[in-house]
This record gives sequence, C-alpha cells and structure tokens, in this order.
Amino acid sequence: MSTDVWAGTARRRLADHAFAGTTRSAGLVILLALVGVVVFLTGEGLPALTAGAVDLRGHGNLVAYLWPLLFGTVLAAALAMLIAAPLSIGVALATSHFAPRPVGRAIGYAVDLLAAIPSVVYGLWGIGVLGPWLVPIYQWLGEHLSWLPFFSGPVSATGRTILTAAVVLAIMVLPIVTAIAREIFTQTPTLQEEAALALGATRWEMVRLAVLPHARAGLVSAVMLGLGRALGETMAVAMVLSATGVVTLDLTSSTNPSTIAANIALNFPESSGLAVNALIASGLVLFALTLAVNVAARAVVASRARSLGR
Amino acid sequence: MIDVALEPVQPHFARLVVAEGRLPRWAPALTAVVSLAAAGLAGLGLGWSPVAVVAGAAALHAVGVPAWSAVVENGRAAVDRLATSLVWVALAVALVPLVSLIRQVVALGAHQIDGEFLTWSMRNVVGSGGGIYHAVVGTVLITLATTAISVPVGLLAAIYLVEYGGGSRTASTLRFMVDVMTGIPSIVAGLFAYAVFALVLGPGIHLGIGGSVALSLLMVPIVVRSAEEMLRLVPVELREASYALGVPKWRTVVRVVLPAARAGILTGVTLAIARVVGETAPLLIIAGATDSVNTNLFGGQMESLPVFIYYSYTQPGLHPQYAQGHAWGAALVLITIVVLLNLAARTLGRLLALRVNRRR
Repeated sequence: MSTDVWAGTARRRLADHAFAGTTRSAGLVILLALVGVVVFLTGEGLPALTAGAVDLRGHGNLVAYLWPLLFGTVLAAALAMLIAAPLSIGVALATSHFAPRPVGRAIGYAVDLLAAIPSVVYGLWGIGVLGPWLVPIYQWLGEHLSWLPFFSGPVSATGRTILTAAVVLAIMVLPIVTAIAREIFTQTPTLQEEAALALGATRWEMVRLAVLPHARAGLVSAVMLGLGRALGETMAVAMVLSATGVVTLDLTSSTNPSTIAANIALNFPESSGLAVNALIASGLVLFALTLAVNVAARAVVASRARSLGR
Repeated sequence: MIDVALEPVQPHFARLVVAEGRLPRWAPALTAVVSLAAAGLAGLGLGWSPVAVVAGAAALHAVGVPAWSAVVENGRAAVDRLATSLVWVALAVALVPLVSLIRQVVALGAHQIDGEFLTWSMRNVVGSGGGIYHAVVGTVLITLATTAISVPVGLLAAIYLVEYGGGSRTASTLRFMVDVMTGIPSIVAGLFAYAVFALVLGPGIHLGIGGSVALSLLMVPIVVRSAEEMLRLVPVELREASYALGVPKWRTVVRVVLPAARAGILTGVTLAIARVVGETAPLLIIAGATDSVNTNLFGGQMESLPVFIYYSYTQPGLHPQYAQGHAWGAALVLITIVVLLNLAARTLGRLLALRVNRRR
C-alpha cells in the first residue's frame, strides 16, 4: 500500500473528527447556555437579598416582595388550566374521534392559527374586547354570588381582572394542550376501539372505555406542560391585568394580585439599581417554578412508559 | 319487533346497531335550528348580545338533543348524544376568540395601513401620521440575527444527537436539557440576555443583538427538536450506501443525510422563526424602544413590532386615538407576517418534498 492512501486516510480521519467535534461543541453550547441562565440569574439576583423597601416597592424584604407575585402567578395559571383543560380535551376529541377527517384537518389549521397569534395581540384583544364582554357577567356574579369569596367585589368596571387574564391565558395554552392531546388520542390502539364498538358501545362509551384510559398519563403531562406555559406567559397578563399587588381570592374586583412575569415586564424598563436585581431574582423563582412543572410533566410520561414496558 | 341493521360508520369497520327506535339523521340539525330560533326570539325580547344568543342556542341544543334521544332512544344513546354535543360546544367555544380577535384586528387595523404607515418611522411625529418602518426594520434585523445564531447551533446539535451521540450520557443529557429549554418563559430569556450584557457593558444596557441572544434561547430548542425528528426519518440504507461507496461519515452527513431531510428542516426553521417573531417580553427588556430607525444591532435601542404595539397601546401619550390606532395597524401587520411564515413553511415543505419525489 502506498503512503498516499494512508495520507488520504489520515486527512479523512481528521475531517471526520473535526466535524464530529463541531457538532458536539454545538451541543455543549446549548448545555452551557442553560447553565449560564442559572448562573447569571443567580449572580444578578443575589444582591437583591440586601434590598430595602425603596427598591422592593414598599416591601420589607425579598420574600415579602415575592410571595404576593408567586400567589398571583399560580392563581392565574391554575384558573387558566381549569378553563383550558376540559376545552382542549373536547377540541382534541372532536378532531381525533368525532369530526369527519376533512373537518378535523380544518379544525387543526384553526388551532394552529390560534397558536401563531403573538401574545401582545392577545393582550390588545383582552383589553379591547374580552374585558368589556365579561363585565356584565362579573356584575351578575357580583350581585348573585357575592357570598362566595371569589366574587365578593366591588366588581371591576373595566373587566381587567385576574379572571379575564386567566381566560386569555387559557386561550393561549389551549393550542399546546390540544396538539398533545390530539396526538395521544390518535395513538389509541385501533383494535381496542373496534373491540369496544363491536361489543355494542356507543361512540362516547368507546371513548370512555378505550381512548381515555389509554391517554390518561399523556393528558396529565399535556396539562402540566400547558401549566408551565401559563405560568411564564408575560405580555397578555401584563396588558390585561390591572394589578395592585394584593393577595386576594377575589377574582372579579379591580384590585388584583400581579404575576411574576407581568411584574417584570411592567417595571423593568423603569427600574434601576437593586430594583433590577429584585426583578431578576423574581425571574429566577419563575424559572425554577416552570422548570419543576416541566420536569414533573416529563417524569409522568417516563413512568407511564416504564410501566408499559416500552 | 326488533330488527338488526348493519350501518357503516368508518371505512374499515362496521357497527352492529340494535335499532329499537333511532332519531333520524337530521335530528341534531333540526334541534340546532330550533334552538337558534328560540334563543334569537328570547334575545330580541330581552335585548341580548349576539354572543349571548349563540351561547343560549348552544346550551339549548346541548340539552335538547339528549332529551329527545332519551325519549325516543335509550339512556345510553342519550349520554352519547350529550357527550357529542359537549365536544362540539367545546370546539365552538374555542373558536369564538379566534374569530373575534381576527375580526377586531382587521376592523381596527386595516384602514391604518397605507404607504406612509409602512415607510415612515415615528421620529418627531406628534399626533396623527408616522408609521412602523423603524419597528419593521428592527424586527427583521433581530429575527435575522436570531436565525443566524440558532440555525447553525440547533442543526449541528441535532446532527450530533442523531449521528454521533447515540445513547451516550452526553446525548441523553442534551436531549433532556433541550426539553427543559422549550419550557423557559420568554421573559426569563430576556433577563438572561440582560444579565450577560449588563455584566460586560454595564447596567441599563439596550442592544438589538441582546434581543437576538434572548430569542435564540427560545428558538434553538425548537430547531433542535424538529431537525432531530427529520434527520431520524432519513433511512439508514441511504447512509450505508454512502459508506459502502467509501464516502467518509462527515461527507455522508453533509451531502446525503442533510439534503434528504432538507424539506423537513426548512419547514421546522420557518415555523421556529414564526414562533419567535412575535415575542415581546425579551425585546422589551434588552432591545428597548425608540422612535427612530436604528440599523445597528450592536449599538443603541432598537424598536420591534411587538414592542411598538405594546407601547403604542399602553403608553399612547398625548393623542391616544392615533397611537392606539397605530397599535392595531401594527398588530395586523404582525399577524400577517406570522401567518405568511406559517403558510410558507407548509408550501416549502410540500414543494421540496415533491421535487425529491420527482427526481427518484
């Protein structure tokens, strides 16, 4: 064998190694970026521990500052999921099992369009259309159900309440949950569906007996992924919600808790000094919260996959 | 007398129906018409809004069909009809916001858009006039820079996952981290970019490229996920044929695997661009806002369409009617861009797939 061939092989090896190394370093860049998020947010957030009332909008320390925001974030996201989860499952069932295929595809496009609309436009619509729509409903709730802590009033005149924000959030996470739920529903083993129908089940009984049990873990995970998105959604809440930063369960009054993300968006441009550090610290808390929800959602899927021996 | 009828439900199987009395096929449609008429009459009398009339009709329909079914058919059939009604009501409720939003944006935004609106900035504009040119320029530049960062990193990482990583620990860690990254709230990405740039260039920093860095954090995981999926679809036989011809692995990846997956990757990238082009929160924090055209990604504040919409509506200044009109006009432009990108992604994928098929 001549030396030329060996030289060629060596060059080849080098090129192969170089390419493999490049792809691996791209992967490492991603890992580093994620580590960087934690490191930089912690680094810039820590000084806020020493911040005083001036920088924390009147709160004595960081915990007192963060707790109402955390409460509002979780409240808005939980309300949104209460609305979005049943709707998404209904829409997903309509596309996967109830509608004829062309209709199902058309619905799929419409849901994709819902997902494509930017959050700032949802914010415009929430203030301009949805809020005024909901005001009469809030007034009715305030008149007839004011003995419930959720509607104790006084009722907001603009409709820019935490319940309106939750409705907007629900519309925004609906496409995400619907897409995953549709995917899971269509993966139901056809044999099980046909077996149920052959035993005389109606379509709904078939869905209840074959489709829903098969999809349960996937649905839990889909709803949690939606929850993660709702927790971190910023602009729509920042625009729709008229927040005063109180801690209250009243959903329809004009004094509302704020959310972490909305609070950052509203105050960051005008902040300086330790106030910025406090906002970054709140961002770190939000990151940890969404991270926990997302990891839990994936753990649900993983444990389900293991128990099926897949 | 019980007679048995075989009724085709789906092409690949048939359902055995014990017909002891069934509602005619047009029963749901008839109930819908009757409920709509009843709700319409009640609405006229009580002065309801159109939305309330439709909601009332939907409720009447959802109760009416199962009730009729319970009388003529049986309990189980009635439950089935109720479930069917509820599924369709859920769908209708989900589509109401979409229709209402698009109607509102078109109604308030369409008459804003003219030559001046698209080619002027807001520099020194008070009251009427001015446009969104500066915001469009900013959005295009920031999105291009984001794509320039995200596509190489995301595509190479996807190649690593599919071609080199295998089941190794690094690969599974990376896959998990990419999953985690898809869940990062956009505002956190903005804070990260701010923290990085503030550390180097001092606090209060506003840069267009900072916005690109923040958006890349959101775009990279989408690119990785879609590219990974597409690369996996390329048949192993193609790679093996290439190796058998003595082509080194890296050339196989670049010349055989990537072209085979091209359509899917381009679709994924376009969808990823559509996803980040409407992001507001990170740009609000790191890219800032200005009334002038700024084409320098590395210096000064840079306006973008979403941020323009946000500030025009929430801080309209002395002449709110003009500024808020601008917001709706810009919203229409932004939605149009996003929808066009989505359409482009679909047609691009279909066209390229067709060409590959024809060549075979």
